[in-house]
Amino acid sequence: MIGIGLGFKWFIFVVMALTAVGASIIMVTRKNPIHSALWLIVTFFSIAVLYVTLNATFIAVAQVMVYAGAVMMLVIFVIMLIHLEWGARLGHKKSFPKLIGSIITIILFLQILAGVYTYSNTGQHGIYTAQKLAEIGNTRAVGTVLYGKYAFAFEIASILLLVGIVGAVLLARKRKEQER
Amino acid sequence: MEQLITLSIMVVKNIVVVLVLMGFVAYTTLLERKLLGRLQVRPGPNRVGPFGLLQPIADGVKSFFKEDIIPDEADKTLYVLAPGISLFTALSLFAVIPFGPTVEFLGRQVKLVVADLDTGLLYLLALATLGEYGVVLGGWSSGNKYGVLGALRAAAQMISYECALGLAVIGTIIIAGSINLSEIVNAQAGLWFIVKYPFGFIFYLVAGLAEINRTPFDMPESESELACGFNIEYSSMKFATFMIAEYAHMFTVAAIVTTLFLGGWMGPGPAYLGPLWFIIKVFVIIFFFIWERGTYPRARYDQIMQFGWKFLLPLTLLNVVVTAALVAMGVL
Amino acid sequence: MDALIPASEFRWIVPEMILTGFGLVLLIMGCLTRGPVASKISGVLCIAGSLFALIFTVKMWGMNLDIFNQLYTIDNFGTFFKSLFLAILILVALVSLRYADREEIGGGEYYALLMFGVLGMMVMTSSHHFVTIFIGLEVMSLAIYVLCGLLRSELASVEAALKYFLLGAFATGFLLYGMSMIYGSTGLIDVVDLKKYFLMKQPFSATMFIIGLGFLLVGFGFKIASVPFHMWTPDVYQGAPTSITAYMATGVKAAAFGALIRVFFTAFIPFQFGWSEIIWVLAVLTMTVGNITALVQRDVKRILAYSSIAHAGYILVAFITGDRGEASSMLYYLMAYSFMNIGAFTAVIVVQRKGDNTSDLDSFAGLGARHPFIALCMSVFLLSLAGVPPLAGFMGKFYVFSTAVKAQYYWLAIIGFLNSVVAAYYYLRVMMYMYFREPIGEAAGAVDRAPQYGLVMLICMWALLHMGIFPRTFIVMAQKAVGIFG
Repeated sequence: MIGIGLGFKWFIFVVMALTAVGASIIMVTRKNPIHSALWLIVTFFSIAVLYVTLNATFIAVAQVMVYAGAVMMLVIFVIMLIHLEWGARLGHKKSFPKLIGSIITIILFLQILAGVYTYSNTGQHGIYTAQKLAEIGNTRAVGTVLYGKYAFAFEIASILLLVGIVGAVLLARKRKEQER
Repeated sequence: MEQLITLSIMVVKNIVVVLVLMGFVAYTTLLERKLLGRLQVRPGPNRVGPFGLLQPIADGVKSFFKEDIIPDEADKTLYVLAPGISLFTALSLFAVIPFGPTVEFLGRQVKLVVADLDTGLLYLLALATLGEYGVVLGGWSSGNKYGVLGALRAAAQMISYECALGLAVIGTIIIAGSINLSEIVNAQAGLWFIVKYPFGFIFYLVAGLAEINRTPFDMPESESELACGFNIEYSSMKFATFMIAEYAHMFTVAAIVTTLFLGGWMGPGPAYLGPLWFIIKVFVIIFFFIWERGTYPRARYDQIMQFGWKFLLPLTLLNVVVTAALVAMGVL
Repeated sequence: MDALIPASEFRWIVPEMILTGFGLVLLIMGCLTRGPVASKISGVLCIAGSLFALIFTVKMWGMNLDIFNQLYTIDNFGTFFKSLFLAILILVALVSLRYADREEIGGGEYYALLMFGVLGMMVMTSSHHFVTIFIGLEVMSLAIYVLCGLLRSELASVEAALKYFLLGAFATGFLLYGMSMIYGSTGLIDVVDLKKYFLMKQPFSATMFIIGLGFLLVGFGFKIASVPFHMWTPDVYQGAPTSITAYMATGVKAAAFGALIRVFFTAFIPFQFGWSEIIWVLAVLTMTVGNITALVQRDVKRILAYSSIAHAGYILVAFITGDRGEASSMLYYLMAYSFMNIGAFTAVIVVQRKGDNTSDLDSFAGLGARHPFIALCMSVFLLSLAGVPPLAGFMGKFYVFSTAVKAQYYWLAIIGFLNSVVAAYYYLRVMMYMYFREPIGEAAGAVDRAPQYGLVMLICMWALLHMGIFPRTFIVMAQKAVGIFG
């Protein structure tokens, strides 16, 4: 992104941020789960573009690959497989829990908004500036940190994934009676 | 002024790549039909123009003037959008593939690649996953049972083979030490990766076939069971878009194989011959794809899934481990 | 270039490595063999592995160092909790030797998940780095989501797993969001660095940071089951297999409190005036709602679930004071609480019958006459939960409330005291059923007697009596553990 003017970057940011927020609002209001899933993909995609404007290309691509690609594909697959979209045609009534939910959502949203609007950069900067990233390469930077400093967390995360896989198999396995 | 020239070079590169790709795609359909004809001891299309050379154009015109049908049951927006998604991803995949080295052109250094991304290989994998949405949504939005079945099969198959696909290219990353495609090509200056890393090549080719839904993995559109599967309801230009996307995707996979394993644009002769070598190598792979289609029957669905998860995935994993160990020991 | 990890540092995570290794072996065993014998062997292996890990952990007492580029910490606080988790694991595994076979949920995977869950707890309490804390918490939670749903023929168990998973994922989102906001406003992701930063930058206040702190509280509040994030607790505790309920009620709560205490008492003490007011309300609500709702329950598992909510409230009483020296009261309380709950749930398991995951009060009727030993054990656990001297529960409550009084939170101490009076009613009600009611209907049938249950109940009873009558050793231990905050 170096070499492109700040104005253009700002423009991209505004467009993509609005798309992300808009798409996520549309996502939660859709009745058809497939449509919801698709709007979620749009959100993920625009967030990926936001990462690119932050010079985090690796995270951006990983976001598209893992979330927009693999995870959402699985979600859509499951929705289609168990025909959730048919249930959507029944229609919903407005209910009390929904009202409470929306109030809480709005409160949380306002809270975050307050946090964003009063944001001042009180913290300290990291060591990876845009120039340094461009110098050593994004992927190399992520790799160095992930397998160097954070190797321990990485290993524990691998156990996390193992537990996830084992758990999924355990819960989905046929019962004993069915095996016979 | 300087920026304007850079911009115009970018635009020209884009247009050239898309046009050339489209031309190749059109004539690959002819090539496929001709070759399949030869393999099945028949002449193939030979009526339109000399040797049937005008056939693709005739096909294009025909699709364009056919009636465009949108089924009542269809989810209209998605139905229209799906072929577009397919084509879009297939085309944008080409953006990061280097088809030549940096050459002198009118006194400037021009990289023969549309976008020389730092994370090129990951970009390829990421967009390839997005390409599936075209097929899946196309099948689902038609509101047709066979379409949905095809879509489901497509989703299941692509999820399964994507893991193997991703693992197969990890070896090249380890050996080249980069995920920038130009650098991967440069790393093959001494020896192509097909020699250094032959298993990766084979795995990628197999998983790539599954990725582009070609025989023996053409489950999503198996004519005999699903009556064309995901694109059953599509007609006219939308159908043509799907077809173009499919062939463009085939081209992309061939180009990726060329880049990752066959030394990309490397070849004897001066630098500006790079694109030529690249195209020749791509067509070798394309030829292989067609040849293989004429040879093998379609595998059964459960066989495909079993093969993917229980055979290909463990092998590619093992391959990654062995390659990493060899690189660490300094053998590769 | 960031520093790589020196191989010598791995000797400090031997307990974790033992747990992982045994867990993996159990998983492979689970693939290859099935059946009751294999399940027994897995259980024994699990206990053996935990014992090894416990020995190595105890040896680390007194050590104090950061390893793996500050991602992991060996200190008394962590070692204290690690030992507690391993003790819980051993007890639960002992119970499971019989229980898991009875309910046909046993096998290598069951014990492997138990071990991985404890691994997650250990990781999460012995690190002051947000990344490690979060990943440890996720390992623990994921293992428990699965364990809750193991009784797949029972709708309640499936519901428990699903409910816990959905709400847990939501709460984890809050926790992570809170961490990222704190990171966003300070640029630091390590609790110890945060502490230094706040000391340097007094007074520090940024809206984003405060919101982050709130989110962090929500996330932890869910895991420790404090009101108003307690809704999942009764259903999940009731639906889960009872051995897992014991594991959850003790292990998860202790782990969540461990991480909470470490994070807040290390870094966020300068903001104590802010969060203590919020938690004041939460603690009062937690105690009161837990106790009042427990009064009307008829299922013993549910009663214990609500009582565990109330106990979280008692512990929060000491937490509010922000008194770092007296944080030992929470540790002592958690230890006592773990033993009483495991004991009580074991007694519930004994009274339950195969394939029946409910535990109505009626099934306890007349237990005193039918099975005096079980009734005696259960009475001890209940009395300890109620806080009757000379049991550990009394010492724990005394210690916690005196902390509050010392910090001049008189009202809080009074409310806490009133609450424990209310709580005594429903604990004694169970005892009343055991001793003064005639057995009802078919509930008068045999209970599931096995030496493992007896052993676990004896261990718990001994621990409670010992901790209650000679609390000094344990209090000194807890004080040494919180010495790191000094």
